[in-house]
Amino acid sequence: MSAITTEHDDHAHDHKPSGIKRWLFTTNHKDIGSMYLIFALVMFFLGGSMAMVIRLELFQPGMQFVEPHFFNQMTTVHGLIMVFGAVMPAFTGLANWMIPMMIGAPDMALPRMNNWSFWILPFAFLILLLSLFMPGGGPSFGWTFYAPLSTTYSGDSTALFVFSVHIMGISSIMGAINVIVTIWNLRAPGMTWMKMPLFVWTWFITAFLLIMVMPVLAGAVTMVLTDKYFGTSFFDAAGGGDPVLFQHIFWFFGHPEVYIMILPAFGIISAIIPTFARKPLFGYASMVYATASIAILSFLVWAHHMFTTGMPVFATLFFMYCTMLIAVPTGVKVFNWVATMWRGAMTFEVPMMFALAFIVLFTIGGFSGLMLAITPADFQYHDTYFVVAHFHYVLVTGAVFSIIAAAYYWLPKWTGYMYDERLGQLHFWCSLISVNMLFFPMHFVGLAGMPRRIPDYALQFADFNAFISIGGFLFGLSQLIFVWVLVKCARGGVPATAQVWEGAEGLEWEVPSPAPYHTFETPPVIK
Amino acid sequence: MNKTYEKYYVPAQSPWPIVGAVAMFCIAFGAGHYVIDVSKQQSGFGGWLLLAGFAILIFMLVGWFRNVIDESMAGLYSAQMDRSFRQGMIWFIVSEVMFFMAFFGALFYGRVIAMEWLGGASNNAMTFAILWPDFQPSWPLLKTPGGIETQSMPAWGLPTINTVLLVISSVTLHFAHVGLEKEKRGQLKLFLLLTLLLGAVFLCLQGYEYIHAYRDLGLRLDSGFYGNTFFLLTGFHGLHVTLGAIILLFIFFRVLKGHFTPEKHFAFKAGALYWHFVDVVWLCLFVFVYII
Repeated sequence: MSAITTEHDDHAHDHKPSGIKRWLFTTNHKDIGSMYLIFALVMFFLGGSMAMVIRLELFQPGMQFVEPHFFNQMTTVHGLIMVFGAVMPAFTGLANWMIPMMIGAPDMALPRMNNWSFWILPFAFLILLLSLFMPGGGPSFGWTFYAPLSTTYSGDSTALFVFSVHIMGISSIMGAINVIVTIWNLRAPGMTWMKMPLFVWTWFITAFLLIMVMPVLAGAVTMVLTDKYFGTSFFDAAGGGDPVLFQHIFWFFGHPEVYIMILPAFGIISAIIPTFARKPLFGYASMVYATASIAILSFLVWAHHMFTTGMPVFATLFFMYCTMLIAVPTGVKVFNWVATMWRGAMTFEVPMMFALAFIVLFTIGGFSGLMLAITPADFQYHDTYFVVAHFHYVLVTGAVFSIIAAAYYWLPKWTGYMYDERLGQLHFWCSLISVNMLFFPMHFVGLAGMPRRIPDYALQFADFNAFISIGGFLFGLSQLIFVWVLVKCARGGVPATAQVWEGAEGLEWEVPSPAPYHTFETPPVIK
Repeated sequence: MNKTYEKYYVPAQSPWPIVGAVAMFCIAFGAGHYVIDVSKQQSGFGGWLLLAGFAILIFMLVGWFRNVIDESMAGLYSAQMDRSFRQGMIWFIVSEVMFFMAFFGALFYGRVIAMEWLGGASNNAMTFAILWPDFQPSWPLLKTPGGIETQSMPAWGLPTINTVLLVISSVTLHFAHVGLEKEKRGQLKLFLLLTLLLGAVFLCLQGYEYIHAYRDLGLRLDSGFYGNTFFLLTGFHGLHVTLGAIILLFIFFRVLKGHFTPEKHFAFKAGALYWHFVDVVWLCLFVFVYII
C-alpha cells in the first residue's frame, strides 16, 4: 500500500494501528505471536473438549453416549487439533514473540509472510472442523491416517482432510523458514551462535526439522488422495504398492514431528531453570550439541512405530538401537537441568513449578518410550493404552506443561503486569494432580492389554477407566483456572519491572514491560 | 557481520497476507469438494470455489509483488534484507526437494522392497503363495499382482530430447545471468527468452508424451505402481517447470522494463535458482524413472 514513502517512521513512537485492521494486516512479530498463542489456546480447549467426549464414553464399559464412528472422529480430530492446532502454533507464537527480542532483531526476517503463515491456520482448521458436518462425518482413521483406513475405508470427507493438512503444512513451512532466516541473518552484532539463548537454538533446529519433514507429510496425504480418488495403488498390494509404505512415509514425517513438539520445550525449560535457580545453565554447549544430536537421530528411528508390521529382523534391530541411542542426548539434558539447580538459590514461582514438573514427568514419558523401543516388549505394548500413556506424558506433561510454564514466565513481559501468583499455584497443583490421575493409570490398563482407539472395553478395566475419566474431567476444569489467570493478568495487576524475575538474564529482560510495539529498531550491541 | 548497520526494513501493514489466506481457504476447500464431486459424479460448487481461489491467489501475488518491487526499486532493501530473501528462497527449495524425496522414496520402496516381497522374497514366501502365486516381480511393473497390464515408457526417445532441452535451458539461463552481471542487456534478454522457449518446448513435449502414454502404451495413472510413480513424479515436475517458467516470464518482463542492476537482482537469482532446481530434479527423474 503506501509502504514505500513512510518507511515506517510513523512507528518510531510506538504507534499501534487500531481496530480489526491491526490484526488482519499486521506485520508485527508481537501481534502475530499473540494471535498464534490465542489461536493455540482456543484450539487447546476445542481439542480438549473432544478428549472430554472420549473420556465420557470410556467412563463405563459398554456403549453409553456416542456412536463408535463418532468416537473415532473424536480421537482423530482430537489428535490432529492438539498436534497441529494447539502445540505447534503455541510454540510458533512463542518463537514469534521471543526470538526477535532474544537476538536483538527489529522483527522477524519476512514480516508479511509471517502474517500469511498465521492466517492460513484458522482457515485450515475451519475446513477440518467443517468436514465433521459432512454426510458420513469427518476423518475417523486416527490422526496417523494409516492406509487402508484412510483410503479404502474412509468417508467422503477425506479430500477435505487432505487439503486442510496441505495448507497447514504450507503454513508450518513458511513459519519455519521465517524462524530460520531470522536467526541466521538478524542477530544483533556480537550475538554469536554460541551466545544465543537455548530457546533460540532449539527453535533453530526445530525449524530445520519442519522444513525437512512437512513436505514429506504433504507427499503422504497426496498419495492418500490419489489412492482414494484417482485409482493409484501406492498403498494397495494388488497394484504393486504396500500399505506398510504408508507407514514408512508417514513416520518419516511423524518421528521428527514429535521432536518438533518437544525441542522448543527443552529451550523453554533451559530458560526457566537458570532464572529461578539463580545460576547460569550448566553445560550450555552440551545442551546445543544434545539438541542437534536428537534432531539428527530423529531421522533414523521412524520404524520403531512399526515393529509389528513384520519388517525384517535387521531393520527392526537397527531402529531399536537408534531409538535407544536418543536416550543419551536426552539424558544429558535432564542431568544438565538438575545440575543447574544443584546448590542454586531456588524459588518456586509458577513457571518454575511447571518446569520442575516437566523434568520429572517428561522423564517418566521418556522412560516409557525406552520400554516401547524394545522390540519384543513392543509386541506386547503396541496399540495399547501404554502407548497412549507414553505420548501423553511427553506431550501433555512435556510439551503442554512447558508452554504453560513459558506463558507464566513471559506473561509479565507481554502484558506489563504480574499474574496472580496464588491462582497460578492453584492452577499448577490442580493440573499436576489431575494429569497424573488421568495418564498414570493408563500405563496399567495398557500393560494389561486394553487397546487404544476403542469405544468399549473389557469389564476388568472398568475401575481404572472411571478413575482416569475423573482425572480427565478435573484436568480439563483446571485449565479454566489458567484462562482466568490470563484474563486477569491482561486486564491489570501489579506492574512488572523490566527484568520481572530476579535471576532473569537476556535481551528480552532489558526492554521495558510490556515490551514496546517495536523493539531493537537499531540493533543493540552485545558485549 | 558488518560494523555499519543499515536499517532493516520492516514493512508497515499489508493487506496481502490475509487475502492470501482467504485464497488458500478457497483453494483447499474448493479442491476438496471438487475431488469429492468428481468422484461421485455430481455437480457442486467445488470447482468454482477452486477457480475463485486461484483468481484471488493471482490477485494477491500481483499486489504483493507490486509492493515488493516498488519497495525494491525505491531502494528500501539493504544488503541484509537481500540475504534474508536469498536464504528464504534456499530453504523453500530445500522443502521442495523433500517433497520430491517422498515420491522418490515411494518409488524406491515399491520397486526394491514391496515388489520383491510380493514375489516371495525375504520372509514373505506365504504372502506370495497364498495371495498372488502367478505374480512375476520385475521392473518396470508391467503386470500388477491384481492383473492390470501396461507398457513402459522407453527412455531413449522423447525423454532424452527433453533431458537435453532442460540441460541446455540451464546453460542459457546461466549465460543470461552472466549478461546481467556484465551489464550486457542484449545478451540477458536473448538468453532469457531462449530459456523460456526451451522450457515451453519441454512442456509441450511432455504433454505429447502423456498423450502417447495414454493412447498408445496404455500407461495410465491408475495402471499400477509403475504408472502411479511415473505420472506423479513427472506430473509434479511438470507443474514445477510451469511455475518456474511463469517466474522467469515475469522476470523477463521486468528485464524489458529495465529492472535489475549487476549488483542487485534478487528476483532474478531466485527464479534462476528455482529453474536449476527443477533441472536437477529432472535429471534424477530421468535416471530413476526412465533409465533404470
